[in-house]
Amino acid sequence: MRFNGDRIVPDHDNCVACQRCAMKCPQGAITIKENEMAFPAHSAYTERIRRIGWEQASTGGVMLSSCGNDLPYRSIFDDLVLDAAQVTNPAIDPLREPIETRCFLGARPDRLDFTETEDEILLDTEMSPGVMLRTPIMIGQMSLGSISYNAQIALFRAAMETGTLVGTGEGGLHSDFYEYGSIINSEVASGRFGINPPYLKKVASLEIKIGQGAKPGHGGHLPGEKTTEMISQTRMIPKGTDALSPYPHHDIYSIEDLQQLIYALKESTRYRVPVGVKVAAVHNVAAIASGMVRAGADFITIDGFRGGTGAAPRIIRDHAGIPLELAIAAVDQRLREEGIRHRATLCAGGSIRYSADLVKALALGADVAMICTPVLIAMGCRVCQQCHRGLCSWGIATQNPTYTQRLDIDVAARRVSNLLYAWNEELREICGAMGIDSVESFVGNRDRLRYLGPNPRIAEILGVKHAGEAWG
Amino acid sequence: MSACGIAGLINIDGKRENGRKVVDMITTMLERENGLGAGYACYGLFPEMQEHYCLQLLLDDRQSKEAVEDLLVERVEVHKDEEVFTRKVKGMRGPYPLIWRFFLEVPRKRIDENPDLEGEDDYIVDMVMEINSRIPGAFCMSSGKDMAVFKGNGWSHDIAEFYDLERYSGNMWLSHSRFPTNTPGWWGGAHPFNILDWSLCHNGEITSYGTNKRYVEMWGYKCTMLTDSEVVTYLWDLLCRRHGLPPIVASMAVAPRYYDDIGRLADEQREVAIRLRRTYANAMINGPFSILVGKARPVPTLIALTDRKKLRPMIGGISGDEGTVFAASEECAIRRVERDGEIWAPVAGNPLIARMGDGIVWDGLKDQSQYKRMRVIA
Ligand code: SF4
Repeated sequence: MRFNGDRIVPDHDNCVACQRCAMKCPQGAITIKENEMAFPAHSAYTERIRRIGWEQASTGGVMLSSCGNDLPYRSIFDDLVLDAAQVTNPAIDPLREPIETRCFLGARPDRLDFTETEDEILLDTEMSPGVMLRTPIMIGQMSLGSISYNAQIALFRAAMETGTLVGTGEGGLHSDFYEYGSIINSEVASGRFGINPPYLKKVASLEIKIGQGAKPGHGGHLPGEKTTEMISQTRMIPKGTDALSPYPHHDIYSIEDLQQLIYALKESTRYRVPVGVKVAAVHNVAAIASGMVRAGADFITIDGFRGGTGAAPRIIRDHAGIPLELAIAAVDQRLREEGIRHRATLCAGGSIRYSADLVKALALGADVAMICTPVLIAMGCRVCQQCHRGLCSWGIATQNPTYTQRLDIDVAARRVSNLLYAWNEELREICGAMGIDSVESFVGNRDRLRYLGPNPRIAEILGVKHAGEAWG
Repeated sequence: MSACGIAGLINIDGKRENGRKVVDMITTMLERENGLGAGYACYGLFPEMQEHYCLQLLLDDRQSKEAVEDLLVERVEVHKDEEVFTRKVKGMRGPYPLIWRFFLEVPRKRIDENPDLEGEDDYIVDMVMEINSRIPGAFCMSSGKDMAVFKGNGWSHDIAEFYDLERYSGNMWLSHSRFPTNTPGWWGGAHPFNILDWSLCHNGEITSYGTNKRYVEMWGYKCTMLTDSEVVTYLWDLLCRRHGLPPIVASMAVAPRYYDDIGRLADEQREVAIRLRRTYANAMINGPFSILVGKARPVPTLIALTDRKKLRPMIGGISGDEGTVFAASEECAIRRVERDGEIWAPVAGNPLIARMGDGIVWDGLKDQSQYKRMRVIA
């Protein structure tokens, strides 16, 4: 919309299909219909492919996009069904009985050493730093820059309320947010934007970002339009410049180098917080994860190929990486085979759309789920895939004050908390239906999943039986 | 009424009790079984062979026996072997397996040449896993010292008669009668489950099976049988023998307190409870269970434990002369053999522990924090 004298008129050129006009119209008078004037049908040269060709011929550049991979790959989560208790193992009603969802982020020791004396039992095993989460759902990494100040503060408040952690994304932490340090999982990415000692000392955990599910093999990309005064200060870069973080960390060309960075961070935080590493789910992810754990990561995050982004080359977003479901199963199994599964918390993100995906991810072997797009949706996001343009009309993925002021922090925080509570309740419902009263007994419990898809080979990799096969 | 009956007793003065007593206990609870499996474990059974492992095997035929013998000759020193006494019982259906017992020792050099092994126990565990998973038609019922398991497919009274349990006496007995739901009735699948001198009788169905199984597999155990009880047996072996947790601490690992209860503990105890829960997250047994666990070393010990919601029953008791401690699914099982004495119901998730020589170490009635002061020194 724009003003034409004293009248508001539609401005179709600027429409990003945010649908805000329809949502906010006080009379409910606006209907949006897909423009059906389409390209002549062709099943190989789809409309999408023709549009890409058209655009590239005009610009000569790399196609950018945002959000997650939207190609119609099959979601393996949708091919998995859950078990439920009947007769011999009573179901538990979460409204009447405790069902626990607390968990820890951080390494666990192999075993505990106890000595029993005449009148005491002594425990002589030190623990690695660990953060207790009230729910196995963390909010993933979204930077101030990719999302707005208001959006970030809403996430921090929601995490405070629900007792979980939230990622800062790359780009450091605005000094206004230091008070939220106890719920912050700070990202250390290849650009090292905004990383400084006072900030490192304030946070609950650190996560080295090697890769991101939406763009494996790529660095960060914050378009210059989004680098405002505030962003420039937080990131410690000049205003208006593109914040491009390198593809690899230029001090990490091997697993030994990664180990050095892990320990540099542990040293600089006095071994007070868990240090994790995030990678994109790629073909060899299991072996890579094993190396990360051996290099000292207290938690590892696997980011699936449907994960979101504020800006990424479309070709990578849509075509690189592997499904999260397979990556969780392969990593969890590999770490068990090597006897090191307990040494790191396994976090899984990038593809978890709703609570059904969450519970399946946990049953496959993830300790904690990381979510981004769902919390954006909670704040109003319509998944229009235009974040990279910096014009998010919901005030989320933008730095433009006209838009950012639209996001009411209290409302957004409330809605994100509600979403997390709802998912946690649904997780408890599922545990209860399976006769499980604590999430520890749910994690990696692949026996409670069955595969109902077209490709038995997938079930094999997942370590899940086919529907119709019984226990044992 | 829920499935399966369990009953056990331990003579805390070290006297030997005839098999008749435990048979009377378990057979009283007839409604808890359906004739598809029962078994017994006896501790303090071979005082003259105390130093030798006793492997008691179910064998399909002579061929599987030969295969086992070939393996044993190669791995260990067999001191004596004999057929286990059995007799035909009216009403039990064949085929009956061949049941054989071997007394053996691990040659020192076997341990020395294998630096990964912590001791001869590990060597025996590996060998038992190999027999069960690799030799067709052979299944090792028990592998401890000074103890043995007698089990099979039938009613508890049939199995008792089949092995003629009255010919045996021991300091501690466990027994189990089955009402199987999830796994087929077969001889090896009956309880007690055993590894080394850990035996387990289990009533319930473990909803955390997948998680627990994958946890013990990480520690080298092979789950070859189609049942959750096998996994629980390995968990006790892992936690108590290999990790050295005192039995009360192991109980707190497999049936941990709720976080809300942990929150109410004094600081020192709370820290221990949290570390335990965090470290042994995947060892936690979920779902309805009541279990009897027996171990032989250093002295016979009986542990009775239920899940933390107590979805399966467990009653404790002590005889009028205070010489025998009992644990059973139902009071009637204890009353059948002991008219006097005391009976009580241990609290959900709280173990009853009785040890030969010491008597009732823990009755399962008070919060575990009152057992002993627990604190962290690291
Ligand atoms: S955050 Fe905004 S721009 Fe990005 S997809 Fe959602 S609504 Fe669109």
